[in-house]
Amino acid sequence: MTWVIFAIAFWATGFWVNYKLANSRLNHTRLVKLAVPLVFGFSIIAVWEGLVRGLGVPHVILPPPSAIAERFAGSLDILWVDFVQTFVKGALSGYFIGCGSAFIVAVLIDRSPFLQRGLLPVGNFIAALPIVGTAPILVMWFGFDWQSKAAVVVAMVFFPMLVNTVQGLAATDKMQRDLMATYSASYWQTLFKLRLPAAMPAVFNGLKIATTLALIGAIVAEFFGSPIKGMGFRISTEVGKLGLDMVWAEITVAALAGSAFYGVVALIEKGVTFWHPSQRG
Amino acid sequence: MRSILPILTVVAAIAVLWYGAAVSMNSKWAQDQAKRADIELSFTELVAETWSHDRPRLPAPHQVVVELWKTTGEMALKGRAFSKRSLIFHGWITLSATMLGFVIGTGAGILLAVGIVHYRVMDMSVMPWAIASQTIPILAIAPMIIVVLNSIGIQGLVPKAIISAYLSFFPVVVGMVKGLRSPSMDQLDLLRTYSTGVNATFWKLRLPSSMPYLFTSLKIGMAASLVGAIVGELPTGAIRGLGARMLTGSYYGQTIQIWSALFAAAILAAVLVGIIGLMERAILKRMGMSQ
Repeated sequence: MTWVIFAIAFWATGFWVNYKLANSRLNHTRLVKLAVPLVFGFSIIAVWEGLVRGLGVPHVILPPPSAIAERFAGSLDILWVDFVQTFVKGALSGYFIGCGSAFIVAVLIDRSPFLQRGLLPVGNFIAALPIVGTAPILVMWFGFDWQSKAAVVVAMVFFPMLVNTVQGLAATDKMQRDLMATYSASYWQTLFKLRLPAAMPAVFNGLKIATTLALIGAIVAEFFGSPIKGMGFRISTEVGKLGLDMVWAEITVAALAGSAFYGVVALIEKGVTFWHPSQRG
Repeated sequence: MRSILPILTVVAAIAVLWYGAAVSMNSKWAQDQAKRADIELSFTELVAETWSHDRPRLPAPHQVVVELWKTTGEMALKGRAFSKRSLIFHGWITLSATMLGFVIGTGAGILLAVGIVHYRVMDMSVMPWAIASQTIPILAIAPMIIVVLNSIGIQGLVPKAIISAYLSFFPVVVGMVKGLRSPSMDQLDLLRTYSTGVNATFWKLRLPSSMPYLFTSLKIGMAASLVGAIVGELPTGAIRGLGARMLTGSYYGQTIQIWSALFAAAILAAVLVGIIGLMERAILKRMGMSQ
């Protein structure tokens, strides 16, 4: 009972602090903007811990955060092996192959308006389909190891990336291209000096969408068969053994990897598209 | 309309590539078969062989279409549309979970967005997490939800719907917050000079101007819901639903079955997103907001 009271009290305090912070005069400072979501996050974790302990929820249904943290710290070696297998080998290699080839295809079809008008609707259509469903087929073709996971990732990121890059390459206006023409710039000069830089905001939009898709693809593909390592493999087997603390530890790794991946791409974007209005501010 | 021809060209090119790939990927098997029977295959025989194999590495498009027709139209004509071998049945199982999850997820998402727009505390504490949730693979929680709910006796529709709901929830929150904030300062100021209350501002300005954003996020949410329902059918060895068809197909090497389930899922996704697109057009036109 004390745990439940503790949870409720913690929640109320957290809410009160946030309420005061959000309505204070300092609510536009960076510190407060960072503090409020952190307080909210900590309150959720505290309530989770308190309720699980106080109400005696069995660990096979919902382990308390402390047990997850303990398991996380205790099995760093396994988590690292899984991380390398799924993220570095599966997701990252697929991400580079998929985004790279989509980028090249986009630059190639950019010369033909006919192909663009044909490929854009088809690409948009395919981007909305449940591509994860190709996982069993690709696992059958490329085997259980990371190659099949990379293939799923390629299939998932290709079309969103293609559509975004093609749209980005169309971002320059007539005036700018006319200016390049008056300089008698060749096609490739115009491409490298004007159109590719102007395409970068859209390209990075595609790259950022692809980060999440890459991780999802790599993890879900492991549900269809994998060697005895990998985040998706660990999640599905530990769920079977009701080792939910390990599952939550893997999910923590996935969440950290996902946001770090996104963060790195967003940082590179900031450096590349420093001139764009959305980055000044 | 002028893009019909290019689209058809691209689709035709994909079909040609596919048939070619079917020949090259299945030819090894066909050659082995021929060698065992001690016959020399001519090129046309080889092609015919690779396009009509029972368990090919890559089935030819017409094989998939035939399988799709066999498991949907033909069974419906025989009056067995809802037998367990029919894709209509499996599609319906997946569709019902998708729709339930979609309704819960988008409903909750819109409510939270309304709260976020009106209360600064909610905005500052929840919004960063909602945005961060877009960057993490929350789909990974799916197997756990299925198994945990299964262990406390909840099975079937509800666990899948929960996965669908949380997958569609966050995109809708983020999209709707953007939409409800889309009225310009001028418009809000105008309503203030009329001394309009918060309620009327919401119904007369914020909600109507959020409509384009609402439909965009509904489309994303629908696609996400379907993926959630399909993945939700994988872990417990479910026997019903499109995801289960893919899984059993991959266990038994029934590639044509996997492909037809995949196509059924794709058609389902296209129809669902298409319906929202039609609603969007009709409603935005009626509201005078269509471009």
